[in-house]
Order: sequence, then structure tokens, then C-alpha cells
Amino acid sequence: MTTTNGNDVWVFIEQRGGVPADVSFELLSKGRKLASAMGGRLTAVLFGNGIADVTREAFRHGADETLLADHPALRQYRTMPYSRLLTGLVRERQPRIVLFGATIIGRDLAPRVASATRSGLTADCTDLQIADVTYLRKTYPQLLLQIRPAFGGNIVATIITPDNPVQMATVREGVMEKHPLTEWTEGTVTPVPYTPESVDDLVAIVEQHREESRVNLKGASIIVAGGYGLGTRENFALVYDLAHALGAEVAGSRAAVDAGFIPPERQVGQTGVTVRPKLYIAIGISGAIQHRAGMQESNKIIAINSDPDAPIFSVSHYGIVGDAMEVVPKFIEAYKNKLK
Amino acid sequence: MYRSIVLVKQVPDTANITGNVMQEDGTVNRAKLPAILNHEDRVALEVALRVKDRFGGTITVVTMGPPRASDILRECLYMGADHAVLISDRKFAGADTLATSYVLSEAVKRIGAYDIIFAGRQAIDGDTAQVGPQTAEKLGVPQVTYLEEIVDLQERTLTAKRKIEGGYEVVRAALPVLVTVLKDAAEPRPYSARRMMTYKGARTLMEIEKLTEGNPLLYADALRHEYESRDLFIDTMTMDDLKLDADRCGVHGSPTKVYKVESVVLAGGGHAIVEPTRDGISALIDRLMDDHILG
Repeated sequence: MTTTNGNDVWVFIEQRGGVPADVSFELLSKGRKLASAMGGRLTAVLFGNGIADVTREAFRHGADETLLADHPALRQYRTMPYSRLLTGLVRERQPRIVLFGATIIGRDLAPRVASATRSGLTADCTDLQIADVTYLRKTYPQLLLQIRPAFGGNIVATIITPDNPVQMATVREGVMEKHPLTEWTEGTVTPVPYTPESVDDLVAIVEQHREESRVNLKGASIIVAGGYGLGTRENFALVYDLAHALGAEVAGSRAAVDAGFIPPERQVGQTGVTVRPKLYIAIGISGAIQHRAGMQESNKIIAINSDPDAPIFSVSHYGIVGDAMEVVPKFIEAYKNKLK
Repeated sequence: MYRSIVLVKQVPDTANITGNVMQEDGTVNRAKLPAILNHEDRVALEVALRVKDRFGGTITVVTMGPPRASDILRECLYMGADHAVLISDRKFAGADTLATSYVLSEAVKRIGAYDIIFAGRQAIDGDTAQVGPQTAEKLGVPQVTYLEEIVDLQERTLTAKRKIEGGYEVVRAALPVLVTVLKDAAEPRPYSARRMMTYKGARTLMEIEKLTEGNPLLYADALRHEYESRDLFIDTMTMDDLKLDADRCGVHGSPTKVYKVESVVLAGGGHAIVEPTRDGISALIDRLMDDHILG
């Protein structure tokens, strides 16, 4: 394979207790396309202990190479050793693009590495593309277009990093789709040496508690989501009623989460979960772009809103203009009648 | 006794956006927006105040922003901060998180020795959560992000509970450290009426200079000393004061650029209108069942 220096795309593979995060493979699938567009290589960067089997999964999702640091001190994610190690690798090998999941780990690690290497970093991208760009009368070949909704949700901004060698971005889980390859080859595993330093232990983990999330929005085939438009927590109970009747999962917009109507792990949107269910019913959700970014790929979308101009209707297949307090009970009743 | 620094930001109240606030170059016309103290930064100050209440010490709040960001510094003084610093310069305009963290880290160095730097996890205008870790990196100190609770503080060790994916972890960090706090870490206290009476008169250098404009009897220097002696001076730092590298500030120091901004074009009209009646909804359900979307 021919390699062009400085056109490589890296994906930081996040593992928790040895289990790789879905978002890392989603990013590898996207990274495969970006690397191909630039004629560069796709590299998975994996730190941990006894996690060599994860490299296979990385190759299956398109990686040409895995940079693997395997050491007991790297078993769990800690800011200092991980950022020190990754910073060194970026400096030494100068990838063109580095992608991270916009997870707690990714959002802890990426800014630290970007700061140390003075790289541009864009958070929570909803799309990534490669394009030649003319910016301020200068032409830049093959820049990474980092696309994200911004500012109150009425605009989509395209961010570029024109003059720095390394472009970094984070992407939320579920935003990109993962495509395991049917035909793939085992790539190169390049061991990365790790030498402990005292700064690595400035923060020590005393204990960890993790619960398997009982919420599985990504896997739900029907989602009923409520928004701030429902007004009160009591009214929001209607969302649960309809979900219960349909055997659906309950979700909410960020405003509904902020208002305390629904717990944060059920938030759909740019700063929450991205979903693609068979049916998405949006109740009292105005449909700011941050929310739409998380649900517009749903197979069928029903919007129920009293405001006929609400942006949610623009991504809907069926729109019901009316008071949710009246429409939803009718929906539940009509559905129950059909089942009789 | 712990010396704390709290990094705060004035943000547009994104819950109350009105009018056309986006400018043609893709940046935000902040002057047109109601501006508030970022909520998680307010929580960060509360966590710092609780450390001070329990162990004693001092709290210095720092913000980088336009002159009117002094409003949020006064609010921090009302809550209980001891000192406030405004870092303001036209040359800081258009800064991304990298340039911002450079300026903040240099200001922190100027302020002097510290034990804990507090900040909100992220600001509501960008939601990036990058400035905290980037400032920590530039200062060469460790970080504890997504802090839920300070469990203990003994000598030079902070024990803290922080959020992780699907749970939490307890970590022990050596001071000095930078922490970023989540919004539920503490309920911010209301302003003290007594402190409001005192600090509503606190002024930055720019505000003092404005007072002297057109008044030949007032001299900015003398007035500044007056404010300083009454502990009402909000320390004000510019790019030159901090001897900063201009190439690392503002637009010049920001590797990320806004290339394009598009208003979201709503397709509209693409959806079928369903009447909000029993019949309308019933027909919709029939259709969904026929399409095997509902079972």
C-alpha cells in the first residue's frame, strides 16, 4: 500500500473495562471514508491492558493499522497517562485528523491533547466531510469540514482548521453508522511503549461504580418523545402513557430534561442520544436543530404540536396540529380499539 | 486554607434568544443578547464557597470577555467571592477554546499561587467542555472533570466523586488541580443583601475611565486608587498587561475557523396533515399498521 505522509486519519478507540465503545467503531467506519477521500491510512489508537482482541474489531471496521499501548497502568482511563501518551504520538507521527467519541472520556482527553499539540478541536460534530476549501482567498486542499449545529439551534456551522497540521473533532455516539466490513484483512499492530512517570499518578482512581444502563434508546423500535411544550411534569405523564400503550421507549428533548420532566439518559439530540427507530412520535417538541439532529433519520416521524409553524413538522411524515392533552388520549384510545 | 480560582463566563441566555443575532461572518453578535452567568460556573463558585466555608481561604473569580462581563463578576462578589478579575481586550475577540485557554492560563499565572481552580463543565453557548481541560494542560496541572461532589479535602489531597459513563468513580487528586463541575454538584446560594449593597459599586478599570470621561475634575488614576482602597476595584487585565503573545490570542490564536454558517432551511410541507380528531388519528393508526410500523 502506498502511504502519503500526513494524510492519516486516527480514531481513538475508547474502552471501558476492556469493552470497546460503540462510538469508536462508528468513527472508524466514518474515518475509513475520510481516509480514502484523502488517500491516507486509517489508524486505530488503542490504550489499555490485555485488550489485544479489540484490534481485530478495529481492523474489521476498516483500520489499516492499530497503535497499541498495552500496560497495567493503562487498564482504566486516566487523564494524565492517556493524554501524555497520545500527545507524544500525535507530535511524533503527525496525523492529519484525530477523531474521538464525544463521551465523558473523549471530552476529557481530546481537549488536553489538542491544547498540548495546539491543534484545532471541534466538539459534537454531526457530520464530517473532506473538501478543498477556499478561505480568505487561500486554497486549502482536502480540509476536514466539521459540521455542527450551533447557537440556539437555528444555524448549522461548518468549522475548519485551515492552518494547523492536525484537525481534531469529537462526535456523539450514534451520529455515525458503523459498517463492519465483510471482507477485511488483519492490519499491522504497532506496539507503543509506555513508560510510567510520576505525573501519571497525580490523580488516582479509588473506586468505580458502573451500572448497565437500563435505558436503551438506540435499540428501541418505537420512541415516544416529549418536549417543553407539555408544560408540566404532570402533563408529561401522557408521554409515558402513550409509550406504555405502544410498547415504546420514552425520550425527551433537552428542554424537557432541563425542566426535570425526564432523566438526562433519555435525552435525544445533539447533546444526547442519536436514534433511528421505526417510529418516532414527538409531542410538544418544537424541533430545534439540536433535537432534529438526533432523530431525523427515524423511519417514520409523527409530530404533535399546537404550533403549526413548529420546525419539527419539517422533518415529520405525519403532522398533527393540536393540543397534546387532547390528541394523545385519543391516540391511545384509538390504538387500543384497533387491538381489540 | 485553600486558595481557589473560579473561571466563569458570561453567556447569551440561549433559552431566550430573540432577533437576528448571527452576523454575516458567522460569529455571534453578543451585544444583542441578554447575557447571564453560565449556570455551571455559578455552581463551580458555590462548590468553591463551600470549601472556603469549611476550610477557610480565598476565592478569586476570573472571566475573559467584553467590558460588560463585569456584570457577572459583581454577581460572583454578591455570592461571596473575595476578588474578581476581568480579562478584556479587543484583540481577544473571536477566540476559540485554544486561544481562550491560553489567555486564561496566563491570567491564572499572574494571579499567583493557587490550590484549586474551579470551572463549570461547559458553557451553554458552545457546549464544548474544552476550556477547563485546555487551561489545566497549559498550567501543567491535573484535572478532574465532571465533578459531582467533593468527598474530602485533606492537606494536599482532594477526594472527589466524578461522573463516568454509566456510573461514577471516586478519585484522589494531588493539589494543585483543576476541576470542572456538573450542574447538580451544588445548589448555588442566593446573593447576600449585605454584599449586594457593598459590591454593586465595584468597578473595572474601563468603567472607572468611563466615569472620568467628560469630567475634568476626575482623574482615572486617583479614582482607581479610591476604588482599590475601598476594595471595590475589579482587577482588569489586557493583552499587554499580561504580556501575551498576540499570535496566540483571539482570531489569530484560534486554529478553528467558522467557514460557513447556514440558516437551517426547513423543507416544510413534506408531511401529511392528520386532523386532530378521533377519525383522523384512527386513520393514521390504520396506515401505520398496514405499513407494519405499529403492531
